[in-house]
This record gives sequence, structure tokens and C-alpha cells, in this order.
Amino acid sequence: MAYDDEALDRAFLALADPVRRALIARLSRGPATVNELAEPFPITLQAVSRHISVLEAAGLITRTRDGQRRPCHLAPSALEQLTSWIDQYRLETERRFRRIDAVLETVKEQDQ
Amino acid sequence: MSDTIINAPANTPFIEVIRDFDATPEQLFRVSTDPDLIAQWLGPNGLEMEVVEYDARPGGRYRYIHREPSGAEYAFRGVFHAVEPGALVIQTFEYEGLPGEVSLEKATYTATDNGVRLRTWSVFGSVQARDTMVASGMESGLNDAMEKLTALVAKETGR
Repeated sequence: MAYDDEALDRAFLALADPVRRALIARLSRGPATVNELAEPFPITLQAVSRHISVLEAAGLITRTRDGQRRPCHLAPSALEQLTSWIDQYRLETERRFRRIDAVLETVKEQDQ
Repeated sequence: MSDTIINAPANTPFIEVIRDFDATPEQLFRVSTDPDLIAQWLGPNGLEMEVVEYDARPGGRYRYIHREPSGAEYAFRGVFHAVEPGALVIQTFEYEGLPGEVSLEKATYTATDNGVRLRTWSVFGSVQARDTMVASGMESGLNDAMEKLTALVAKETGR
């Protein structure tokens, strides 16, 4: 299977930024307009628009026209693992609990 | 040790997490409130964890920082409202990157036949605040996905 190195480079570069990762995370739960995407961030609408352009150029998101709205969507082929945010939350939570299990083992040894 | 139960009903600002541990309530409480022990598990894999303060007493404060190898920092803080050793902790939680979005967390420790059950109940300021916070927890999932992708590409291209 052949990979487009340039496309991968763009995708990795796009995801190097925490704001853009948060935007992707938000879009994994459904389409949203630029205004909706910008709301939780303490940065300007223009800055969010620039981040969205980078994600669009990287092929991670697409934009459609819906009347006056131009909602952003997560590109279906990109980041398939993010389709379910609750699954990712569960993974991270379980990882944390397994780390607690490990610390508990050392605590129990010390208590004996 | 057992499966994790997560309830995050759609269109509510709540998250409930339930999990059993093979330990006494006192041991789990200690691991969850001792600054040195917390530093061993609270940080996501691959991130440096600095516990600035963790004063688990009624009125006490906590603050900790997750630091990426690149130096990027994510700081969290809050205060303890109620602390009953081996039984209960009620505290606030705030990501300093989203100041003012404060959630309330209640953790109960209940002895079971062969261990302890931890139940945490988080209440966020809004549905959107909950979803944003949960989404930020996906960072590590994303990093894992990128690692897998990198490994796959390396394999396919023979690098």
C-alpha cells in the first residue's frame, strides 16, 4: 500500500497544535460552525478560522454548505478512532485506573 | 479490579464513573490523596507530572501540572470542600486553560466483599463544558492513534 508522505506530513503538523486537536475532538461528536467551534476557546474567531484552514488543508476536516451555515465536519476517513469520544474517555479513564492498581500494589506491599 | 462503568447521559452536565479496586478503602484513599502517590498515576502516559500542592483537607487547595516533552504545560487546580479519610472527598476542579469552567467532583469510597468501590460524580457548569472537558481527555487517545499511524507508515515504507 502506498502512502502519500506529504499528506501525512500535513496531517501530523496540523495535529501538533493543542487547539487544533481540541477542534478535532469537538468535531468527532458532530459537525459545528466556526462560531460554535470558537466558543470554548479564549482566542479570537480569526485565530480559530486559521486553525480550521490548516485542518482543512491537511484533509482532516471538510466544510459543506447548509443554507447560510458552513458547518465543519471531521473527514470520515481521517482519525476513525475518534468517532466515539466516550470510548476515548473510557480508554483514558481505564488507563488511569490501571496506574492506580499498580500504585496500590506497592502500597499494599509496604503495609504488610 | 474490575470493569469501569461510565455514565455520561447525553444533554446533561454529569459524568459518573464507578470502579472496584483490590484494596481497602483506606489504601485507595491514600493513593488518591497523598501528593507523592498521586504523582505516580495522575499524569497521562508520556507526560511529566508535577504536583505543586495537594492539601487534601477541608478548605485545602491542590494544583498540578502535566508537562509535555516539548515543554507545553496543562495546569489544573481546585479546593477541597469535604474530606473524610477512607470515605469521601468533595472538591472543585478547574483546567487553567479554561478559567472559570469549574466542575464539582464527589468521590465516595465504599468497602465491598473483596475490596473497595470508587464512585466519582462530576457536575459541570454546562453540557458544553462537560463535553469540552471530556474531549480534552481524548488528547492521549489521539497521541496513541498518531503513534500507531507512525508505526504503520514506518512498516509500509520500510523506514
